[in-house]
Formats: sequence, structure tokens, C-alpha cells
Amino acid sequence: MFNKILIANRGEIACRVIRTAHQMGIRCVAVYSEADADAMHVAMADEAVCVGPAASKDSYLKMDTILQVAKDTGAQAIHPGYGFLSENAPFVQKCQEAGVVFIGPPADAIKAMGSKSAAKRIMEDAKVPLVPGYHGDDQDPALLKKHSDEMGYPVLLKATAGGGGKGMRVVWSADEFTGALDAAKREAMNGFADDTMLVEKYLTKPRHVEIQVFCDQHGNSVYLAERDCSVQRRHQKVVEEAPAPGMSDELRTAMGEAAVRAAEAIGYVGAGTVEFLLDEDGSFYFMEMNTRLQVEHPVTELITGQDLVEWQLAVASGQTLPISQDDVQINGHAVEVRIYAEDPDNDFLPATGKLEYLRTPEENRYVRVDTGVREGDEVSIYYDPMIAKLIVWDENRERAMQRMSQALTEYRIAGMKTNTHFLKRLIDNPAFRNAELDTGFIEKHETDLFESSATYQQSGSQSANPLAMATLYTLLKQQQNRKQEAIHSHDETSPWHQFSGWRLNEDPTHVVRFTQTLAQKEGDDEQIEHEITVNWLKRGYRLTLDGHIVIADGTLSDDRLQASLNGHSRNAFVAELNGHITVFTDQGAFEYQWQRPDLDSHDFEDDSPSLTAPMNGSIVAVLVEPGQQVTKGTAMVIMEAMKMEHTITASVDGTVTEIFFQPGDLVEGGADLVAFEAEEA
Amino acid sequence: MAVIKSKINTRSEEFQTNMGNMKRLVQDLREQLAEIKKGGGEAAQKKHLDRGKLLPRDRINGLLDEGAPFMELSQLAGLNVYKDYVPSAGIITGIGRVSGQECMIIANDATTKGGTYYPLTVKKHLRAQEIAEKNHLPCVYLVDSGGANLPNQDEVFPDRDHFGRIFYNQANMSAKGIPQIAVVMGSCTAGGAYVPAMADESIIVRQQGTIFLAGPPLVKAATGEVISAEDLGGADVHCKTSGVADHYAMNDQHALQIARQCISRLNPSKKTELDIQPSRPPLYDPEEIYGIVSEDLRKPYDVREVIARTVDGSEFDEFKQMYGTTLVTGFARIHGYPVGIVANNGVLFSEAALKGAHFIELCAQRNIPLVFLQNITGFMVGGKYESEGIAKNGAKMVTAVACAKVPKFTMLIGGSFGAGNYGMCGRAYDPNLMWMWPNSRISVMGGEQAAGVLSQVKRDNMERKGETWAADDEAAFKKPIVDQYEHQGHPYYASARLWDDGVIDPAQTRDILGLAISAALNAPIRETRFGVFRM
Repeated sequence: MFNKILIANRGEIACRVIRTAHQMGIRCVAVYSEADADAMHVAMADEAVCVGPAASKDSYLKMDTILQVAKDTGAQAIHPGYGFLSENAPFVQKCQEAGVVFIGPPADAIKAMGSKSAAKRIMEDAKVPLVPGYHGDDQDPALLKKHSDEMGYPVLLKATAGGGGKGMRVVWSADEFTGALDAAKREAMNGFADDTMLVEKYLTKPRHVEIQVFCDQHGNSVYLAERDCSVQRRHQKVVEEAPAPGMSDELRTAMGEAAVRAAEAIGYVGAGTVEFLLDEDGSFYFMEMNTRLQVEHPVTELITGQDLVEWQLAVASGQTLPISQDDVQINGHAVEVRIYAEDPDNDFLPATGKLEYLRTPEENRYVRVDTGVREGDEVSIYYDPMIAKLIVWDENRERAMQRMSQALTEYRIAGMKTNTHFLKRLIDNPAFRNAELDTGFIEKHETDLFESSATYQQSGSQSANPLAMATLYTLLKQQQNRKQEAIHSHDETSPWHQFSGWRLNEDPTHVVRFTQTLAQKEGDDEQIEHEITVNWLKRGYRLTLDGHIVIADGTLSDDRLQASLNGHSRNAFVAELNGHITVFTDQGAFEYQWQRPDLDSHDFEDDSPSLTAPMNGSIVAVLVEPGQQVTKGTAMVIMEAMKMEHTITASVDGTVTEIFFQPGDLVEGGADLVAFEAEEA
Repeated sequence: MAVIKSKINTRSEEFQTNMGNMKRLVQDLREQLAEIKKGGGEAAQKKHLDRGKLLPRDRINGLLDEGAPFMELSQLAGLNVYKDYVPSAGIITGIGRVSGQECMIIANDATTKGGTYYPLTVKKHLRAQEIAEKNHLPCVYLVDSGGANLPNQDEVFPDRDHFGRIFYNQANMSAKGIPQIAVVMGSCTAGGAYVPAMADESIIVRQQGTIFLAGPPLVKAATGEVISAEDLGGADVHCKTSGVADHYAMNDQHALQIARQCISRLNPSKKTELDIQPSRPPLYDPEEIYGIVSEDLRKPYDVREVIARTVDGSEFDEFKQMYGTTLVTGFARIHGYPVGIVANNGVLFSEAALKGAHFIELCAQRNIPLVFLQNITGFMVGGKYESEGIAKNGAKMVTAVACAKVPKFTMLIGGSFGAGNYGMCGRAYDPNLMWMWPNSRISVMGGEQAAGVLSQVKRDNMERKGETWAADDEAAFKKPIVDQYEHQGHPYYASARLWDDGVIDPAQTRDILGLAISAALNAPIRETRFGVFRM
């Protein structure tokens, strides 16, 4: 066994590998980019070496640099994690040449699976079922129809040169075939100047079911059951579970043995995943093989009780597989969700920013959190915006899902958009609970899953009203602040420190104002203004909000709000960042912007037209030079952020005095880009 | 510490009757105030708001720390005094907490006669400054006023305590290190221009605030120059060119935030030299005061029942409990602050006066603030008492009250008649603050007594002339006198003329005293030197 390995990755997977390695007494070397100097994986490793600037191509993908680090630190092996260099055959070769063990399959296996068409041929030879189809050069329409008739309808006609749905037709019956073929060909010819078609069996409700396989260097192979990853959006897995609902032992054996055949056909070593499409009738078809440890490997670990990273290290160091196929046991049910910094209501646009507030559910034998970030860390534009994987286990699917639903409410993040709300709705969706799974699940249930938060809020009774909780929070918080101020004053008991809105000859009242932004599926976000009138009672407060009266009382300790609303006491958590309040209740997270005069900025208009970066990104072009006179509206700088270009223009006429960045520079949101002198009006 | 055991039965008919009566009085007060708070009326308020300005009370709320107390002064000022309706005398004053500091806030109400100064407006403004000076409270002027009310110029402009005194006070307070901050949110014309000009720091709202010695019409008349108000004295002129104002605000809200920022940079040092303990509520609900006090001032009750509902833990250590029992004196705490309480429990006799003088000396010696609970028909009269020297004994108490330099607070909880008013720290004796309960009455003597004295004099005259006076005629003679005294002795009449600092809900007595004592501690407690006590 190795005594020191290098982890050529970052984030949660780097941390995940380090955890197991440390348990095995193996020392770990981390590599990191300049942007990751304070990252969690750097802190966890025994040694860490900077390998270049933020962009992956300049750091985590620098093969020679990473190999040099391995040599310099005396690391005997490199764990590539997933992504980055994990399926890079040249890197595997370089490792071999450098005498460093690559913890993964041989280069040839990676190459074999790298080409889809080559892979399909190998699979065909290994008797791994493929989606029935005709990929031949003979384009005689009669021949194409003959193949289709044999496969049975529906079939899918696809232009071999195609993409983006062009030149693609689903044919539901033999009568439609000729018309559909003509249309598809026309489209293909127009689109790609090539009307070569292939025809495949069309699966109406396919599920994505994949088999975890493991092979050692001594010819032993096992499969570790399956994972169902049918719930996807834009080909990205959202929920993964194991075992697959409704899976019979026979089917599992059939798929498992096919997967092992696939692995053996390419001389596979280590952890791999064979992905299949599973049709309603129980037939399954090879899609592709992933020659690495998968993101979703923990669900397999939880139902088999095995540590796959430990297996990887064992196999890479030349040991035999720790158990044989007969010893593989499936116990209970596990499910994983991927928590992302993204905006589900805005087409899952990735989000960036600082994790100002981050609380995770307590980990125990049921709940596991694989993460690579801590509170205060940045989710940057440079890397995948995954925050964590949340994995739960229980004795059966129903209980596991209930536990997942609860764990998601305990996963509290404020400071950026995340998909936790969306995931909870997904997990709580009756069709999902009922395991009505297929790869089109999210599209099919779109209206339920993207239900706007407004209707969500109104569903609760007043005793669960998150707006009342937010109001109570502001009152208790200010009370606490006032108490703190009192302690630091020379006159601690002064009644002037009271937060009671005291007025002469009058019952004290107070108004708390919030704005709430409701995301709209289409069009601009909607802003709602809330005005809550507060009356102080001998004990607690009377809140008048949106026409309701709520008697509120409670306590606040740090972020934990114990709120009693109309006599019904519940716990909630509240995160506040510059007046941005997030209330986490068992119904989800609710965000409000607390309107306080002290928080308002009163910028002087036009006096100092600062030209700042609208968000984190990189400079694409600088269009002006110092001394240049520009008129209002002149484009000055183009930057790229979130895969979109933004043009920064002059807001008034004036003269450029200085430019602070060059093309290619990375800038943070809010940074001054150009110094500019406005012309006197 | 001795704890007062209340002997009140809250279920008794008397208690319930008193409770009902006082509730009615408090309700009436609240209704009066609700009307007053509408300022110059809906139309004027709408016009004000349409200009993008905040109403004066909202300006104050925006200036104060959120949820912090505001102790308004003389809310009833100007009530039914002038032909014109001038609610709050067109100016809102009070003590409030701004950026952690107790401040005197003086805000013109431009919706009331353009915020112009009536005689009582001046009096209220000056009184607020007097309180600020005495208690070392930074002043924030929220200026929005057309200046002196021209029809009333003879009672506003020339005398010592008229308009000019405002600026005299600003200069002298600034000299004492009491900060003066002006926020110009409307016009500041002529004399008014000196409020920002004489302030330590001034803020002006663009397109709203103007400062000039003479407005456009007067300029045109004098020199023929045609110039707009904004060009003559707007924010741009004064912040960029003249330097009359220091801070440029985009709107009212912004101006208030700048003012808060100014206050936060004062580097204050409120150092209390008192032995302060954590505040504890009384054992009895302060609202029970309603049921203790009778509407009929002649009905006696034990003032200790009021004290029990005012002081911390209802703890009260009496001084000379068994001597001069018509005056109750003793030590207690209010909101943690030590106080000496002097409270009437009947007519003042020589012993009571001597006891009062002694107790006031103790408090002055020990730097303990004094609280007077005034309910006094006067000093005892009659041959026996004059021969005992009640005049000189009363004088001792009056001397002690007059000279004591510790903070003094007077709460008029019943009658305030004759020399009793002096001995119990009436307005002339410079209490830091003074309030009246809505059941109280104030006059040189009771209406009945005054009518009796006057009818006695008249009867003597008539009898000397050998005339007789029918009982009916005498009653007809007395009635207008009684009515006049009742009218002029009413707390609303008194408060409208600023004989006090406000009529208050008795249930708030404890909080008001606590806030007032705390505010007073911004000023160091001065040493007392007593005058000659006639022995």
C-alpha cells in the first residue's frame, strides 16, 4: 500500500479521497490553484502545493506540473478524482512514464471508451445489449423502413451529422415513416448539407440505470449493484438512488453481468460505471462507460457498506478485490442530491458568491454530507458550482426519502441562490415518491417543481407565517443589539436603551418594512412590498401583516429563532446579511430584504460616474485608452461573466483618465475598471 | 429596604369608580392629542407630502434610533389660545435617542401656518433649548419654517425671551460644548437663517431647503434683482459656494441619516456619578394609579400608594416617617437611579416643612435627584400656625427647593395651590422637567376659596355701607369666579401656555421619570450652596 498519494483535484471529491486515505494512514498531497489557497481540501491535506492561476487549464489540468509535484513530494500515486484529468489517457501514460501510479484504469481502457462508436462495437462483440438500430451507409429508404419495422415502433430517425434536434424525428407507426424520413432528410440537408440518417429504437420512458463495477489487476471483477439516476435536467443528474426502484434480482444480475462483460472487454481496472437505458419492459441498452469514480458513488457505498475509495487504493496498489460477487450485499436504500449554487427558477443559471451562511444537517449513520466548502468560502466562476452532495440512507426508499426531505430543510445556505428549495420540492413530489421515474421526469412535472414561492408561502397558516417570523427576528435582534449597546455605555440601565418604541401618551407602534423578490418563470422578477405594523404588548408583540393579526413572542439565540405565533411555538433559523434576511422553516427558505433607512445608500447622481464590474468575470477587451474623450453610451470595456458578455459604457460624456485592467485579467464584481472624469454639465 | 405594602383593594367600588374616571380623562387626553397630531390638517399634509417632504413626526421617527423612546414636550402648547388653530404651537420638541445619544429634537411643522413662530412657538422653542442646556443634550433642529408670524410680531420679536433668544442660546450652548446640529428641510428665512448659520454642523436638502436673509420678493423690492429661491439659497449654493451648509442631502430621509451620522461622531462621554442598580419594575401595576386617585381633589388618599407604583420593587426607605406626617419623604430608585421623593400627604404644617427642608438638604449633599409628587392645597393657615412661625418654616423649605442644584422633577398629581406650589418645586423653582396629571389643577388658590375671599371682601364693604347681600346674589357673584378658576386651573389651560412640560398619562409616570433622570445625567450634577435659612 502507498504511504503518500497526490490528489489531482479540488472540492468535495478531493476532501472525500483525503478522508479515506487518512483513515488508512496514507499521507495526502493536495494541489491547488491561486484561487483555492484557502480551500478546504488544502486545509485537510498534509501538504499542499500551488500549481498555477485560477483557470483550470492553468492549474488543475497542468499535467507536467502536477507530476513534478508528485515527484517533489514523493507521492507514489495520483488520485484524479472525477473531471479534470480523471479520463485523460495521455495523463495516464505520463504517470506511467514517470513511475507514478495512476489510481484508475489503464490508458487503453480510457481510450476504448472515449470513442462512442468504437465503444459500441466493442460492446456489441462482448454481447452487451445496445439500443437496436441501423447505422449503415446504405440509405435506401426501403431498407431503413425494413429495419424500423423489425425493431418495432416507435423509432427515432437521426441525422448522423445532426445536433440540436435538427434532422431528428420520432416515428410512432409504420404509416408515418416515409413522410417523417423525407422531412428529417430535408432538415438535415439544409442544416448540415448531409442527409445520412440512422435509425434507432425510441424508448418512450427510459430510465437511466447504471452499474458500479470494480476490477483488480488479477482478473477479478465484481458489480456493486446499480444506481438509478433518471432524474436529470439537461443531461445533468439531479437525484441518484440505489438500489433502483422496482429492480428484480434477475434483472440486476443480467445488467450486472453485462456490465462486468463490458469492463472485461476493455481490460478494465479499478472503479468504473456502465450506464444503461432501462426500458419499461425491462430491456436495457448500453449507453456508455465512465472510467472513473462517479460523483454519485456514495449511494453505492451506503447500501453495500463498502468504501470505494479504499477499494481504488487497494486495487491500484496491486491488491485483490476485498470481496467476491457472492459477498456483495444490498442493505436498505440510499439517495443522493447535488446541492448547487444555481438558480432553478432562472433556467439553473450558475450562481457565484460567498457562502456567508452555511449550516449542514448533522451527520450520523443516516446522513452524510460530502462537501469541499465551509462557511465563508467562495463559490467562484472558475469551477463547477457544486456546494455539496447530501446523501442519506434508511431501511427502505420511503423512509430514506422522508429523511432526505428533512435533511434538505436542515441544509441552510444564505448569500447565494441554491437549488435546495427545488430539491426539496422534487423529493416531496408525489410522483417521485411513487418512483414514477424516467429521464423526462423534471420536464414532465415542471409546473409542480417550479411552483412559485408565493403560492408556497400562502399555503401555511398564520402560525407558520415566515414573514411574521422575519418580523419577530428583526424585533428580537434589535432588542439584543440595544442590550449590547447598553452594556458598552456608561449608563447601562438607562431606559433610553429600551427597544420598545416608547411614546408619550401613546401606545408604542413600529413599522417594519420588507421587500420580497419572487422569481418568475418568465419575465422579470416580481417585487413585493410588505409593511408590518408592530404593537408592543406586555409580553411579545402584536403584528399586523397583510391584513392578519399575529400575536408573536419568542427568543433568538444566534441564528435559532424560537417563534411563538398565535400561541403555536416552532423553531426556525434565520440568516441575516446586510439586511437580507433568510428564514429557514420546515416549509423551506424565505428571503426578505429588510428596508431600513440606515441601509439605504444615497448615491449622488452622475457626479462620479464610476465604471465598475457588474459581477466577477474576466476582461475580454478594452476599447478606450487613457486621455480619450468619450460621449455618453460609448462602449469602454467588454467583460465576460457567467458565459455572457457584458459591455460597460460611459454613463455621461467625459474623458478616460486611467484603465486598471488588461484583456484576460480576472476582476471581481464591484471593482473599478476605468477612471473617468465627467465633463462639466 | 422597606417595601410598601399596598392597602388598596382593586375590587372596591371606590377603586373602580376612580379607575373609570381617570380612564375617561386619559382617553380625552389621547383624543385631543390624536387631533393635534394631524398638524395643519389633511390638505396641508398632503401638499407637504406631495413636495417630497416627510411630515415632522415622521422626520423625528427617521432621526431616532429604531424603536427608541421619544419623550415629547408640551404636546398641548397653543391649544385654544389663539384665534388661529396652531396645534402643538407649530413646533414639535422632545428628547429622543439618536445614534445612542439622548438629544433635544426641535422640529418645525410647516403644515401648521407654514411653521411660523407664534408667541407660544417661541416659548416652546426656548423652553426646549433651556432643557437642552440644563441637561447638556445635543440639539437637532429640523428646520422648515417661514420665520416669525408677522401679525404677532410684537409678541415674537422684541423682548428678551423672543425670537432672538434662539440664536443667543445656540451660541451659548455651543460655547458650553453642547452640540448644535441644524437640518434645513424647508425655508430658513431672515432670522431663521441663523439657525443653520449658527449651528456647529448643518445639513441641507437639495430642492427643498433654502437659507437666506431675505427671500426673492424682498430682494426684488430692495435691489430689483430677480432670482429664484433655489439660486438664492438652495443646497447647491450653500454647499458648493457659500459654505453656509456643510452637508448636502438628496432628500429628507438622507438628511436625517446624515444628522444621525453627525451625532454618532460627537464623541460624547455621559459619565454618571450615581450609584446605579439594575432596574426592577414595581410590585404593583402602575396602571392601578387610576383607581387610587380620586377626581375630587378633596378626597384624601395615601400618596405611598402612588410611590409603590412608581419606584423599583416598590421599595421606599422613609425619612422621618413619624414626624411631619403630611409630607412623605424618602429614598427609592426609579429605573435603577437613586432618587429622593418628596410627596404631599395633606396640608403642610411647620414640622412637615422642616422635614422637607432637611430631606432636600440630604439629597443635595449626596447628589441624589429629587422627585416632587405635588398635591398641595397650601401651608396651614390660622393664628396658631402663624404664631408658630409657619411663614419662616415654609420659607426654609422654599429656600431648600430653590437652591438645590441636583436634578429636580415635579409631577403635579393633584392640586397645586398657593405657596404649596413653591415649596413643592413649582415652575418658578426650575425643575428640570415638570408634568401634570389630567386630574390635577393649578391656581393661586382653589376656586371656592377665591370666590369666598372675594365675596367676603365685597360683603364686608356692603355691610360697612349698611347694605345687605342676598344669598342668591352672592351665589351669582361667586359662580363666574369659581368657573374662571376651574377653567384656568385646568391642566390643558396650563399646558397650552407652557406652565409645564406636558400633561401625561399617570400610568407612564415611572417611565417618564426614568427617562428624564437619565437624560439629566448628561450634565454633571452641580454643587449646591443654600441661602440663609431663617431660624
